[in-house]
Amino acid sequence: MNRAIEIAKNPLLIALVLIAALLFLGNTLSPGFASGGQILRLLIVAALLGIVAAGQNLVILGGREGIDLSVGGVVSLSAIVAGNVMNGMDGGIPLAILACVATGALFGLFNGLGVTLLRIPPLVMTLGMLGVLQGLLVVIRQGIPSGRAAPALSEFVTRPFLLGLPGIIWLWIGVGLLMAFILHRTVFGQRIYAVGSNEQAAFMAGVPVRHIRIALFMLSGVFAAIAGLCLLGYSGSSFANVGEQYMLPSIIAVVFGGTPLSGGKGGYTGTMAGAVLLVVLQSILTTINIDESGRQMVFGATLLVLMLFYGRGRGLRA
Amino acid sequence: MTSISSPTRQDNGSFRALLGRFPFLPALLILAVLLVLNGVFEPNSLSFRSLTGLVRTYLALMLLAVAQTYVVYAADIDLSVGAIASLVNVTIIVLMQHLGGGGLSVLAALGVGVLVGLACGLVNGFVVAALRLQAIVATFATSIFFTGLALVILPVAGMPAPTVFWRTYGGTFFGIPFVFYAAAALAILLYLLARTRLATQLLAVGDGQQAAFQSGLPVTAIRIGGYALCGVFAALAAFCITGDTASGDPLVGAKMTLFSVAAVVLGGSALSGGFGTVAGSVIAALIIGLINSLVFFAGTPSHWQNFVQGLAILAALMVGVLVSRRGRA
Repeated sequence: MNRAIEIAKNPLLIALVLIAALLFLGNTLSPGFASGGQILRLLIVAALLGIVAAGQNLVILGGREGIDLSVGGVVSLSAIVAGNVMNGMDGGIPLAILACVATGALFGLFNGLGVTLLRIPPLVMTLGMLGVLQGLLVVIRQGIPSGRAAPALSEFVTRPFLLGLPGIIWLWIGVGLLMAFILHRTVFGQRIYAVGSNEQAAFMAGVPVRHIRIALFMLSGVFAAIAGLCLLGYSGSSFANVGEQYMLPSIIAVVFGGTPLSGGKGGYTGTMAGAVLLVVLQSILTTINIDESGRQMVFGATLLVLMLFYGRGRGLRA
Repeated sequence: MTSISSPTRQDNGSFRALLGRFPFLPALLILAVLLVLNGVFEPNSLSFRSLTGLVRTYLALMLLAVAQTYVVYAADIDLSVGAIASLVNVTIIVLMQHLGGGGLSVLAALGVGVLVGLACGLVNGFVVAALRLQAIVATFATSIFFTGLALVILPVAGMPAPTVFWRTYGGTFFGIPFVFYAAAALAILLYLLARTRLATQLLAVGDGQQAAFQSGLPVTAIRIGGYALCGVFAALAAFCITGDTASGDPLVGAKMTLFSVAAVVLGGSALSGGFGTVAGSVIAALIIGLINSLVFFAGTPSHWQNFVQGLAILAALMVGVLVSRRGRA
């Protein structure tokens, strides 16, 4: 019996059951919602969110109120950088990837240094960085065109690549495997959990806490930048603040995946399911025929209800 | 991280004591520097007229920062303050329009506006404190809900406020602009609120929830109280927004949420709860306003302004956090 409850409380299982239920509901409301092609489209959108959420997940796992509010800004900036570097030509893709990764790593480094050396709370540091990034986007958009995606990049994101699945889904699977490997098979991964659950103890045990934390923020920037690159491929050209829509949803995907914001426990597999769950929910709401206002109300209320399934804080006991 | 405490020198100790008592001192210093800089770049910016304009524009952010502070006292956070302000903004605009736009209708609308803010605050308090959801994500979810509600009430921006409303807000009485009366009233209100039991209890809960609970405080009710207070102040902020913009906009407050959090931190309050002042948040809201005007007066090219503002706010946040920590370390 206890074991059954244990299994029923598994966040991954909750997310998968909810996804299945939502797909069934969607298909009832609008036949064809759960068709193969439609699900593939949902997975592409989920992959974009999921890649951003990978970095968010790492920062949150690292604890001490770890959170990265600047991911949205990095996504937007990376999409513009990529668009300008490749400028519609396949030959420019490798350089664009390099430029994006460098951009993401740089801003992640700033965040990490602020959080560790200056000991600014992550929420504040990344919030300030978001303001800087948004300002930078205004400057860039003023001076240069937004750039175009190379055809090969768009194909990679939207057209079948291998076994009928688009490249971005394979990329996402790769990110999932990489995250699982990092978190569970490397010293670095063990140290993330150690730092996240008890920073003081980890420090005493000789874990280079600061380096770990800086690395987490840099990885978060890099994942966001990769998502920005893929987003460019998805939409063809970058436009104002495309990344903003990823800031808070990436955090919600992590929470729906069973990683509490307090850090130290959880993993990425759940987050992947959380990202799919979020995207399926949004998609259902666009399917049913209601106003934007009603859609938002239902979305907000549903998010609250879904949160009830996950890590509610412990009650106070005397 | 371990910080090995070094023996404190005498002057360092008194500095700390001073900071502990007045955590908003660094913010006040930054404010003074910014005022001087504004004066250097554009002497006119220190004229009575310009300062009135500054207060008129940033009174809303001051109130939102105050709203956020009460929640942060208890180590919570409210990412829906901007959405609440938007909702109240469209509610009072539509009500005033329906009731004819006379003086009484304005008062009635404002009364309803406060109630709407209070209701939103209670909803937030319920989901965070009673249902024990994580504050950041839960209030983000409620902000989506409130925004949806605002869109139901007024789908597109643009309905104008009655003349009597914005004329009063922008007007002058006995030679003193209305916003200064409002600011004075706010100061008295904050002074009184700081002496209430709720303010002390919020700080106690923020300092240590478990300890507060064990010493018999109704922790859940107190946290809900903090969110309710936050909702009411967000409604007051909406009144100022409405007075300033003279129209309804279902998305008007969205951009202000994160500024309210920045203002709380800049004002010397700890996001981890248990420590802070509303005065600091008010000063910090003015700092954000002055940074924006300084960037403008310093002759920054228009498309660089956002970037320079962002950098300046980030720098101010860093200074604020670094200095105010010394008061507590």
